[in-house]
Amino acid sequence: MVVMSDILVQGAQMLLVLLLAPLLTGFVRKMKARLVRRQGASVFQPYRDLLRLLRKEVVLADNASWLFRVTPYVTFAAIWVAAALVPTFATGLLFNWTADLIAIVALLGSARFFLALAGMDVGTSFGGIGSSREVMIAALAEPAMLLFVFCMALVAGSTQLSTVANFMASSYVGLRVSLGMAMIALIMVALAENARIPVDNPATHLELTMVHEAMVLEYSGRHLAMIEFGAFLKLLLYISLIACVFLPWKIAVFGTGPLSYAIGTVAYLVKLAAAGFFLALFETATAKMRVFRVPQFLGAALMLGLLGTLLLFVSKSF
Amino acid sequence: MISAVTIPAVVWQMSCVAGLLAIAAFAIVLSRSTSSTAAVYGATLVICAAALLGSLRWLLGDAVNSSDMTLPIGLPWLGAHFRLDALASFFLVVVNLGGAAASLYGLGYGHHDPAPHRVLPFFPAFLAGMNLVVLADDAFSYLLCWEFMSLASWALVMAHHREPGNAKAGYVYLVMASFGTLALLLAFGLLAGPAGDYGFAAIRAARHTPYVAMLVLILMLLGAGSKAGLVPLHVWLPLAHPAAPSHVSALMSGVMTKVAIYGFIRVVFDLLGQPTWSASVIVLFLGGITAVMGILYAMMEKDLKRLLAYSTIENIGIIFVSLGLALAFQANDLKLPAALAFTAALFHVLNHSFFKSLLFFGAGAVLTSTGERDMDKLGGLIHRMPLTSFVFLVGCVAISALPPFNGFVSEWLIFQAVLQSPELPQWALKIMVPAVGALLALAAALAAACFVKAFGVTFLGRPRSVAAEAAKEVDRYSLSAMFILAALCLLAGILPGLVIDALSPISMQILGSHMPIQANEPWLSIAPIAESRSSYNGLLVMVFIAISASSAVVFIHRFASRALRRGPAWGCGFSDPTPAAQYSGESFAQPIRRVFGTLVFHARDHVEMPAPGDVSPARLGIELHDLIWEGIYQPLAGAVGLAADRLNRLQFLTIRRYLSLVFATLVTLLLVLAIWS
Repeated sequence: MVVMSDILVQGAQMLLVLLLAPLLTGFVRKMKARLVRRQGASVFQPYRDLLRLLRKEVVLADNASWLFRVTPYVTFAAIWVAAALVPTFATGLLFNWTADLIAIVALLGSARFFLALAGMDVGTSFGGIGSSREVMIAALAEPAMLLFVFCMALVAGSTQLSTVANFMASSYVGLRVSLGMAMIALIMVALAENARIPVDNPATHLELTMVHEAMVLEYSGRHLAMIEFGAFLKLLLYISLIACVFLPWKIAVFGTGPLSYAIGTVAYLVKLAAAGFFLALFETATAKMRVFRVPQFLGAALMLGLLGTLLLFVSKSF
Repeated sequence: MISAVTIPAVVWQMSCVAGLLAIAAFAIVLSRSTSSTAAVYGATLVICAAALLGSLRWLLGDAVNSSDMTLPIGLPWLGAHFRLDALASFFLVVVNLGGAAASLYGLGYGHHDPAPHRVLPFFPAFLAGMNLVVLADDAFSYLLCWEFMSLASWALVMAHHREPGNAKAGYVYLVMASFGTLALLLAFGLLAGPAGDYGFAAIRAARHTPYVAMLVLILMLLGAGSKAGLVPLHVWLPLAHPAAPSHVSALMSGVMTKVAIYGFIRVVFDLLGQPTWSASVIVLFLGGITAVMGILYAMMEKDLKRLLAYSTIENIGIIFVSLGLALAFQANDLKLPAALAFTAALFHVLNHSFFKSLLFFGAGAVLTSTGERDMDKLGGLIHRMPLTSFVFLVGCVAISALPPFNGFVSEWLIFQAVLQSPELPQWALKIMVPAVGALLALAAALAAACFVKAFGVTFLGRPRSVAAEAAKEVDRYSLSAMFILAALCLLAGILPGLVIDALSPISMQILGSHMPIQANEPWLSIAPIAESRSSYNGLLVMVFIAISASSAVVFIHRFASRALRRGPAWGCGFSDPTPAAQYSGESFAQPIRRVFGTLVFHARDHVEMPAPGDVSPARLGIELHDLIWEGIYQPLAGAVGLAADRLNRLQFLTIRRYLSLVFATLVTLLLVLAIWS
C-alpha cells in the first residue's frame, strides 16, 4: 500500500511535468509578446501546436535512416526521465535516488547526442551546421555545469537533488556570495542549454546564426512534435533545478501528506511563473550574440563556478 | 574446469601462455597454407577463453590469496617468478577477454588479410607477451616479457610495411618503446637498490626513501606512460595503432595500454608502498592534460582509426586522473575516497577495453567492406551495413559517457571521487582537483562531440565515394565479436554494482580498503559513499527510458497521424545534388577548431580567392600544427642528427688513433672508478 502511494506520487510528478511544460513555454511567449506591446498568442498555443503537429503527416527525406525516426522518441524519453527526477513540488520521491544531478545532466547529454546525430543523418549542410555548433556549445557548457555541481556539493555535501533541496531549505544556509556566483553560472548554462537568447534564438530557424533549430530542420509531423515537447520539458527541467537548489521555499518533504503536497505544488507554480517572467524580460532586453562570442559567455560561467568553489575553500561561510 | 581445481591457478595461466606460444610456433610453420588462418585464430580463441575463465574464477573466488610459481630460467640466482594475485587476475581478465574477442573477430577478418604469414605467428605471441607481463613477479622477467610484448606488437605494426606511413610508424614505435624500456630498467634498478634483489616480494618489503620514490614515479610515468600514451609521450600511438590490422589495433589500444597501466599500478601503488601527496600532483596534471589534448587531437582527425587511437589517449588520461586521485587520498590516509578513485580507475580500464575493441572492430569492418579509413570518403553506411552501424553506435554512446552504458558509470564514479577532494588537507590539491574535474567534464563533452562526428560522418548522410556506395555487411564472426562486446558495454552499464563488488578484493589488496559492498544496496543501485550523498541506478534509468519511450510510441501510434511521405531533403531553395556538399568531418570540427584549435594547434583557415575575372575555383585551406611534435620531437631528432654528423668523423680514423682512443677511454673509466669509491 505504501509502495503504491509512493508510485502514485512519483507518477503524479511525471504527469505534472508533462502537462506543465507546454504551458510554461506558452507563458514565456505570451510574456515576451506583452513586453513588446503585442497581443501574443494564447498561453495554451503550444498545446494546440503539438496537437496540430500530431495530426500532420511526416515528410521524411529520401535517405533518412532508422536512426532519424527513432531519435525523437529517444530524446523525448531521456529528457522526460531527467525532468521527472528533478524535485518539483516535493523532495525524496520514490525514484529520486535513481540518479543524482551528474546523471541527470548526462541524460540530457544522451538526448543531445542523438539529436546531433539526427542532424547529420539526412546529409544536408543545415543539419551539419546545427549539430556542429550544438556540440561546441555543449562542450563549453558542461565544464561550467560541473563546477556548479562542485560548488553545490561543497555547500550541501551531496549531489542528490532531494538532499540538496532539504539542506537548502533548512535554516543553516543564509545569503552566500559563492552560492550567488553558482546561481549566475547555472542560469548562464541553462540559457545556453535551452537555446535561448543570447546564445541561440528559439523563435526562428532561418537565419545564419541558428543552432538548435537548424539541427532539427528536417523534422516534421509527429516527430517534430516529440522534439518540440522535449524542448519544452528541458526548459521546465532547468527552471525546476534552479528553483529546487536556490529557492526550495515551501517544497514539500516526502510523506508529509496531501496538504503539504498541495502547498508545494502552488509554490512550484508561483516559482515557474516568476522564472518565466524573468526569462521573458531578459530575452526582450538582450540581443542575440554571434556564435563565436558564446565561448566567452560560457567561459564567464565557468569562471564564476570556479570562483564560487575557491571562495568556499577560503571559508565555508562565504 | 575440473583440472583447475587440482592444479594451482598460476600453473593454469602459465599453461595457457605456453599454449599461445605453441600456436605461434605452429603458425610460423603453417602460415602459408590456406586453412591456417582459421586454425590459428580458432586455437587462440579457445586458449584465451580458457585463460579468461581461469582468471575470472580466481578474481571472483580466491582473490585474497596468491598463487606463486618459479621457473628455473632467467637470472641464475633468481629464477623466473610468476604470481597470480587479485590485481594480476583482473588484468588477465582484461587481456584475455580482449584476446578472445579479437580472435573471434579475426576468424572472419583474417581472411581479408593480404599477408597472413606476417600476422599469424605474432598474434598469439603478442597475447602471450601481455599475459606474461601481468604474471611476472620479478623485475628481470617483467622487463623481458615487456620487451617481448613490445617486439611482437612491433612486428604486427609492420605487417603491412609497404603501405605508406607504416614504416615510419614502426620506426617511431620502436624508438619510443626502447626509450620506455630504458626508463623502466632504471626504475627497477632504483627499486632493487644496491643489494640488487629483483624479486617483487623483496622490493615490496624494502623501505624506499622519498627521493627514490619520487624518481621511480617519474621513471614509471616515462616508461609505462609512453606505452600507455601519456601526453607528451603519445606521439607513436596514433601512428602505430592504426597501422596494424584492425583486430590488432583493438588489442593494442584496448588491451596493451592497460598492461602499461598495470605496470604503473604494480610499481607505484604496490611496490613503492605509502605514496606522498606531491606524487599525485604530477599524475593528476599529466592525466588532465592528456585527457583534453587526446580528444582535441581526435576531433581534428579525419582518419577513422587514428581518431580512435587519439581517443585512447583521452581515456588513458581519464584513468591516470583517477589513479592520481587515489594517490592523493591514499597519501592522506583517506581510505574510502582512495578506494573509490582506485575502483573507478579499474572500472574505466575494463570499460575502455570493451568499447575501444568494439570501435576498432567496427572501423575494421568499414575498412574491409570499403577499403577506406578516411571518413571524408565514407558516409551513408547505416543503410548498407545496418548491423555494424548499430553496434558501432552502441560503442560511440558508451565511450561518450552517456547513460545507461558503461562509460558513464566509471566517469560518474571518478566525478564522485573528485567531489571528495575538499577533505584533502593540501591547498595545492584542493585547488587543483576541481580544475582537473572541469578538464574531465570538458574531455567528456568533447568526446561526445568527437563521436557524433565519427559516427555521423562515417555512417550517416549520403555516400561520398563509390566504395562507400558499394559497401556490404561483414561476415558473421566479426559481427558476433562486436555484438558480444556491445552487450558487455550495456551489461556493465546497467549492473555496475556487480563489477564494483568484483573489484573490491583488488582495492583491498593494494590500498587496504574497499568501497562499500554494493550488493547490499536496494534495486541494484550503486552508492559510492552513502545514498544520501549520491547514488545511481543504471538499470532503473534504462527501464525508465524504455518505458517512457515505448509509451510515447504507443500513444503516438494510437492517437496521432501515421501518414508518412518520402521526399527530397529541404535545401532552403538550394538543393545541391552532389554528396560533396554535405558536412564533412573537417567542417564538423570547425567550431571546436576555432574555439580551442587556435591556441592548441595554431589552427588557421585561409581562403584563396581568385582575382576578379579569373575562373579558377576559390579554395579554403586549413593549417594545423602539432605543437608537441614540432616543439619537442623535431628539435630532438635534429639534435641527434647533428650529433651523429659530428661523430661521423670517428669512423674514418687510423688504427693508431683508434687504439689511443680505446686507451684514453679505459684510463678515464678507471679514474672515475677510483674517484667514485
